[in-house]
Amino acid sequence: MHTIKGQGVCGGVAFGRLELLKKASKLIQRSHVEDTDKEWERFENARAKASAQLKELYEKALNEVGEENAMIFDIHQMMLEDQDYLDSVKANIWEQKLNAESAVGITADNFADMFASMDDSYMQARAADVRDISERIISILTDSSNTGIKSDTPVIVGAEDLAPSETVQLDKSKILAFVTEKGSSNSHTSILARTMNIPAVIGADGIMDDKNGGADIIVDGFTGYIYVNPDMQTVLEMQKKKDKSEAQKALLAKLRGVKPVTKDGQQILLYANIGSNEDMPAVYANDAMGVGLFRSEFIYLESKTYPTEDEQFAIYKSAAQKALGKRVIIRTLDIGADKQVDYFEMPKEENPAMGVRAIRICLTRPEIFKTQLRALYRASAFGKIAIMFPMITSVSEVRKIKEICAEVRKELEAEGIPFNKNTELGIMVETPAAAVISDKLAEEVDFFSIGTNDLTQYTLAVDRQNAAADAFCDTHHPAVLRLIKTVVDNSHKHGIWTGICGELAGDMSLTELFLAMGVDELSVSPGLILPLKQKVLETNVSEIKEKLLSELE
Amino acid sequence: MKEFQYTITDQQGIHARPAGMLVKEAAKYQSSITIEKDGKTGDAKRIFAVMALGAKCGNTITVKVDGADEAEAAAAIESFLKANL
Repeated sequence: MHTIKGQGVCGGVAFGRLELLKKASKLIQRSHVEDTDKEWERFENARAKASAQLKELYEKALNEVGEENAMIFDIHQMMLEDQDYLDSVKANIWEQKLNAESAVGITADNFADMFASMDDSYMQARAADVRDISERIISILTDSSNTGIKSDTPVIVGAEDLAPSETVQLDKSKILAFVTEKGSSNSHTSILARTMNIPAVIGADGIMDDKNGGADIIVDGFTGYIYVNPDMQTVLEMQKKKDKSEAQKALLAKLRGVKPVTKDGQQILLYANIGSNEDMPAVYANDAMGVGLFRSEFIYLESKTYPTEDEQFAIYKSAAQKALGKRVIIRTLDIGADKQVDYFEMPKEENPAMGVRAIRICLTRPEIFKTQLRALYRASAFGKIAIMFPMITSVSEVRKIKEICAEVRKELEAEGIPFNKNTELGIMVETPAAAVISDKLAEEVDFFSIGTNDLTQYTLAVDRQNAAADAFCDTHHPAVLRLIKTVVDNSHKHGIWTGICGELAGDMSLTELFLAMGVDELSVSPGLILPLKQKVLETNVSEIKEKLLSELE
Repeated sequence: MKEFQYTITDQQGIHARPAGMLVKEAAKYQSSITIEKDGKTGDAKRIFAVMALGAKCGNTITVKVDGADEAEAAAAIESFLKANL
């Protein structure tokens, strides 16, 4: 077995044989011609044929994927009429005496380079359109029908990059998944794969290697992993994941678009916890209403040195944009304790869970904190970003943080950099201290999010890392549940909202209690959202509220 | 010759779709029609040239129309730009 890692752009798991689609332009034979008039005529005939094919494709796409997506084939037809393009082909045939396929190949390279060098990602992606129309003419000229799937049974399609025409032309009943070596999440491949809801992985370096052709592979569109000739253990694991994702899909079909509202009309927000932008497709796939916890520490953990403001900005901006207007709550740096980063050169601590971690690092090293805050505020211009601070224990900490935020806003304003002034600021309530003084903290911030893992460990004095102490870690301990209720009540008294983003949020045996308390939002790993939604839909809060709350007293 | 300026207000700028529509509109007239942006000039009847201008939201373009039906063509292009870009 060997593994290839790409970027998953459409979730799902597929098992199957890999069929590699090679492009006709890879097979061009360059030759010189004597009769240039005849060669030009060959080109013109191929062009006419290509144009007729595009017309057909337009009609086909119109029916299958709608006008918005079909329009591209209309534009392709116009590209085939473009005088500059034709002049270039003509010059290569008449002056260089090249055969028509080489003339088209060279022209395609030049025009694609022109687009690729533009300073705009949309226009850069148009290089694929130039290649697509050229490829079409070349495959007509070389009489190669390479673009279709040869197998009679369904396969996983591997390609360098799928052109829009190919994705539409391919017989979809034969495609289990797409894997491409190039492409971006803006490319036609990704967009169409999502429209068709087939697992898709892009940027899978090395997949086009001839020895992969015909191999049995597994594509995991959630993680972007591709397993070539998988071993038995992987097969079993992935089969489980596939079954789960298919059950999920069935559930989704039923619950997609349905609002999580209890039988008696109480609403709750169901958000997703994610560890990086790569999890964004799962957020959509599971119909999350937003991101309740975006763990920013992966940026620090994956880096060899302090990530720069621009690096961070690019990541947060992408998250904001991908969320399409939904709220994305980004938690600032939360390292220390079980998450150590070498270049921070933190002194070794006897008891790191209670040491200088998370916000304590940020407040003692404000330059690191400010870099992250600047990146977050800059990203706030591109979507609905909310910022959340971990490990809060006092009002003075929150005030200090707000001062630093105000400084950052002032700097950005002075520099003329756009940002959202009203970006929501919230805190994690994960220490007993914060829970107990939540009435005071509620006056300072826009929202609370309860981190139940740490809240439990600190309240019960049980080390999460110590397996031997596990027996003493009662996650349903009334002390923890009472603290949660206190926090929710205090937040509502001060007109702010409270979510839960720890493990307990996804504990279905507590959903009724959380609804009874009036928790405003639950943030869980994407796969739990739909089962949780099901649970909410089945609950009648008024019937159980009194009983459940009295049990806490 | 007719000449006018237009500032693009569409968020996405002249991307593939409006470029295609603009080329179709320009092709209806005999007059030569060019678009200029930041010193770069493109023939409005050629889709690659129009796209290569990379005209974005907020950019000002200068349209020049020259030929027998220039008055009609300039009016049509101007109203096309207003309606679509």
